[in-house]
Amino acid sequence: MADEPLILGIETSCDETGVGVVRGHTLLADALASSVDQHARFGGVVPEVASRAHLEAIVPTMQRALTEAGVTLVDVDAIAVTAGPGLAGALLVGVAAAKGYAVAAEKPVYGVNHLAAHVAVDTLEHGPLSEPAIALLVSGGHSSLLLVDDLARGVTPLGATIDDAAGEAFDKVARLLGLPFPGGPYIDREARAGDPAAIAFPRGLTAAKDLAAHRHDFSFSGLKTAVARWVEARQRAGEPVPVADVAASFQEAVCDVLVDKALDACRDRGVQTLVIGGGVAANSRLRAVAEQRAARHGIRIRVPRPGLCTDNGAMVAALGAHLVASGVAPSRLDLPADSAMPVTTVSV
Amino acid sequence: MPDGVRLGWFTVLVLVVDSSTPAVTAALVEVTADAVVTRAHRCTVDARAHGELLAPQVDTVLADVDARPVDLTAIVVGLGPGPFTGLRVGLVTAATMGQVLDIPAYGVCSLDAIGHPAVTGAPVLAASDARRREIYWAVYGGAGERVVGPEVGMPTVAADRARELGATAAVGDGAHRYAEVLGLPLLAEPRYPDAHALAVLAAEKVRAGAASDPLTPLYLRRPDAVAATARKPVLP
Ligand SMILES: [Zn+2]
Repeated sequence: MADEPLILGIETSCDETGVGVVRGHTLLADALASSVDQHARFGGVVPEVASRAHLEAIVPTMQRALTEAGVTLVDVDAIAVTAGPGLAGALLVGVAAAKGYAVAAEKPVYGVNHLAAHVAVDTLEHGPLSEPAIALLVSGGHSSLLLVDDLARGVTPLGATIDDAAGEAFDKVARLLGLPFPGGPYIDREARAGDPAAIAFPRGLTAAKDLAAHRHDFSFSGLKTAVARWVEARQRAGEPVPVADVAASFQEAVCDVLVDKALDACRDRGVQTLVIGGGVAANSRLRAVAEQRAARHGIRIRVPRPGLCTDNGAMVAALGAHLVASGVAPSRLDLPADSAMPVTTVSV
Repeated sequence: MPDGVRLGWFTVLVLVVDSSTPAVTAALVEVTADAVVTRAHRCTVDARAHGELLAPQVDTVLADVDARPVDLTAIVVGLGPGPFTGLRVGLVTAATMGQVLDIPAYGVCSLDAIGHPAVTGAPVLAASDARRREIYWAVYGGAGERVVGPEVGMPTVAADRARELGATAAVGDGAHRYAEVLGLPLLAEPRYPDAHALAVLAAEKVRAGAASDPLTPLYLRRPDAVAATARKPVLP
């Protein structure tokens, strides 16, 4: 509908330069430039390499998004940008870009929370979010369980990882198995030919004694070490490593914990809707396990398509559109990039 | 090129930004056929707040002269050298504003805006702080032209090279910081890249309506990153 707000979203919190354009809940463009190939030989994202790539990519990515959407900056009602959390130098490029666009085009700017944007992006596929909802956000940088009472004004963190992020565990296990970076898609592919019950890897923070203090928290460090021990033991014995079985069994352990803890949070808070987002939400097994188990408890799962789960500009635009529609005031022009922005702050 | 240039009534409004040093600068200058005049100027020295400060300062200088962004004809930006994170703020501001307004953006070496205006006949060493006990530096000849640099390195190395080239003074915040090591008389100003000088150094391009420069930062250092090494085993 032409009278809904036209919002531009800019995302640069990690290694993806994203510019998205939405009108209300309708996605018009989602342009992306990734520096992932430049990080592969380092086995992880190098902040300065990512920041340099954002500076080079931002103008052409914006141009592609505007062309794809068939709009100009003059038509836009507001510009939203990820203000945090994320890599400080990378965030700064996006925030400075948003301000440059906002000043030159004389538009309001919204500095928004990356995690809240991962939740908001689902509205582009499944329409307005019914609140309250529980959100499970899992990627190479975050593993969080959130209670979403009001996506425009505040989100309550319930739990998070106490060591590695879920996506980080995928990367490390992939490396152990000789699979490329980033590991998620490769583990997913290998696991399809493997037996998820072949090896009993540990489920972190699920024992009764852990649940008292960490009911909604995650831990993937022990799992990662257990996989490494198992693989090394095989190698030392001169036996072949069954890559597909290791991948499937590891993936099953991660999915079990993520889904069970997320559904437990739903029951604990009496919430009927679970939104899953972040790069790990693109994992096919996680989506399948979540659907199966949620159905048993009468909980509705909302997961955007894989392309919208990973970091992108559309998610930022979607949150911006929700903020504008909810009457939230724009940010000041001196808004800072905040690498540790708490999720209780949806916009600054 | 507009006919006005030849007729002598050529006057355009140009935005100047630089964030390569702890000084965050935005200025509006008028470039005419034979002069560069500063109309509004804001500079704040705060190494940790480039991202917060620059856009509001751009807004303020526009308001100071009652202008709107669409009144701008070109943007001039300091390319550094400078510490990575802050340096990018000025460059991304220039690039994005130029894109929206469809006007050219020109890049000038930020050290030139310290060294060029400081020269009064004899060669000068210009330096800014590069952290890690190093400086970004260049040497300027008697006419204000850059003869060596920009480079990054230890102050002692810069001082030796500058003396070989006949430098009789040092200028810039980096020179103040390492005055004892450099052992050259200090010039008080400019301490940071001078906005008027940045505009002067790009004025010919502005007058000619030249195409945008590629706004490639003068990082001078590689990113700190080490390639992944072999994984340590977890078994003893
Ligand atoms: Zn993310």
